[in-house]
Amino acid sequence: MEILKINQDKINEETARELISLCPFGAISYDNNKLDISAACRMCKMCVRKGPEGAVTLQEVADAVSVDKNEWRGIAVFVEHRNGEIHNVTKELLGKAKELAKVTGHPVYALMIGSEIAEPAKELLRYGADKVFIYDDPAFAEYLLEPYANAFEDFIHKIKPSSIMVGATNIGRSLAPRVAARFRTGLTADCTKLEMKENTDLVQIRPAFGGNIMAQIVTTNHRPQFCTVRYKIFEQAAPADNPDGEVVPMTLAPEKLASRIQSLAIEEKPKEIDISEASVIVAVGRGFKNPADISMAKELADLLGAQLACTRPMVEGGWFGPKKQIGLSGRTVNAKLIITLGVSGSVQFAAGMRNSECILAVNSDPEAPIFDIAHYAVVGDLYEIVPELIRHCRKGGSLPNEI
Amino acid sequence: MEIIVCIKQVPGTSQVEIDPETGTLKRDGVDSKLNPYDLYAIETAVELVEKYGGHVHALSMGPGQAKTALLEAICMGADDGTLVSDRSFAGADVLSTSYTLSQAIRKVGSFDLILCGKQTTDGDTAQVGAEVAEFLNVPHANNVMALSDITEKGLTAKVNLDAYIADEFIPFPALICMDAEVNTPRLPSYLIRKKIGDDAVRLITLNDFEDSDKSHYGLSGSPTHVERIFPPEKNVSKEVITGTSAEQALKIFETLKKRKFI
Repeated sequence: MEILKINQDKINEETARELISLCPFGAISYDNNKLDISAACRMCKMCVRKGPEGAVTLQEVADAVSVDKNEWRGIAVFVEHRNGEIHNVTKELLGKAKELAKVTGHPVYALMIGSEIAEPAKELLRYGADKVFIYDDPAFAEYLLEPYANAFEDFIHKIKPSSIMVGATNIGRSLAPRVAARFRTGLTADCTKLEMKENTDLVQIRPAFGGNIMAQIVTTNHRPQFCTVRYKIFEQAAPADNPDGEVVPMTLAPEKLASRIQSLAIEEKPKEIDISEASVIVAVGRGFKNPADISMAKELADLLGAQLACTRPMVEGGWFGPKKQIGLSGRTVNAKLIITLGVSGSVQFAAGMRNSECILAVNSDPEAPIFDIAHYAVVGDLYEIVPELIRHCRKGGSLPNEI
Repeated sequence: MEIIVCIKQVPGTSQVEIDPETGTLKRDGVDSKLNPYDLYAIETAVELVEKYGGHVHALSMGPGQAKTALLEAICMGADDGTLVSDRSFAGADVLSTSYTLSQAIRKVGSFDLILCGKQTTDGDTAQVGAEVAEFLNVPHANNVMALSDITEKGLTAKVNLDAYIADEFIPFPALICMDAEVNTPRLPSYLIRKKIGDDAVRLITLNDFEDSDKSHYGLSGSPTHVERIFPPEKNVSKEVITGTSAEQALKIFETLKKRKFI
């Protein structure tokens, strides 16, 4: 492991000033002829790479205990399901796990917890699991944090998977950190790209530092290595007709089924159109000056048979409900066509839509990062372009039935 | 009822970028703000204490300037604020941050309830709450839309589990992460701000912790490491649609038609 070392003999007022202005997190201070790095440091290592030579250096520190990576084998996917009906995010993760497993030759595992799941578990073999480990007990009929976390823990102790992938659903985002903390190991949220090293380190890539930056994250000395991935980031593998592989029943000590939390009632949510499922989307951002102007985007969306979606500031400003938000704190979409209007395209927003097949962006700022990912870049005034486009659509085209 | 609210100061802008020429990180402006999702947790805490009595203790981990976020929480009705700050905490990942907070919570005192926001706008992980709960061995729930039936023993939480909503009884002590938009956070009171000094916020450091072993915190206590940072990939095959607004609109229309979207 590496830590930052300040070489005070190389620090004077001038080098200190340079380092202070270099640090994007305001973590460096200089008082009483001494340079200090505060807790605001995010280890971007800018001071090492770009600072005055030798002023701040990296120092290798030996890890107290080093993990034996050979003891940990397999890439496991936590199965998100409701009464045996498997969530698509699980199938997407199995597809990715299969791809990653080719690098190390590890098996792909699925971990399924539920009641009467022996039959539905077989379905997972078709999507790439070599083994499906099932914890099948009436106590698991409904999701409850504590017994589910206990089963998860038991699975890790017995099977020792090297990597664990969990869908970033509300359940996954509650369960994965609970279990990762139990093993004092790393967890990387909302990965947008995953790669595997030959030494079994999982390379986890995600937007970071709250900015237009991607970080490549590794868990070098802990196992298992946990990550969550959102729905619609990866592709499902085509299901196999006659898969090999087996379903392995697991048992958990009865006292581990106890729960301090009790489920009192379940309320089904009305099925509503989710923007994650939309194939055509019109997304609006801060380029709109007044809430009333959104009607023009709505009209365009209606003409294109599209769903209307928005950026985070639009939700924060109360223009839209949170379900319409695209991005890391909203939904991920994987549309055939997405038209963005007045969206600058922060990396958090882009992470939620960049896999879309066709991105057409309208923005007045030619420097807007949205143009880095757009397939069609329109630098211009949406207030002039959109009404004109609506006029063309009204008279010019009929909507195809199947998009 | 003793409630601890965990809050964070986040950058006021999300415009951090890698300068393509120098390769340095640049952040426009240095302003920072209270994480907007924490406002819902603070409001929930203050409302509970107004109704059932007790205290709201605001807690934040961060550099010295994060004191401002705690003062804001106090102005919204928290009884006190504690800043956990130490150089040893630098470079902390999710696990190390959660462990630090759990140690700080043990120091703040006994509690019935810990409230957190749904996530922060800079890290965006939404994982710290659950890890803190694990370190404290208390039950937790994420994405909580409402709290009801509050007794000495516990409460009922309306938990959003994507496809359905579960009403869960959660016994105290517990940790709850409130969803966004669950209430209307009050504005910080100017009158309170005039009454209190900057010393309203207590500072605790590593030395105050039960576990003051440096290697458990910050970068050394973090299992994950950032190997490299890079700008997001750009799309190379980009078509630029130029002209007057009317010409651009027509070209967009023709493109959509050609690609059979219309």
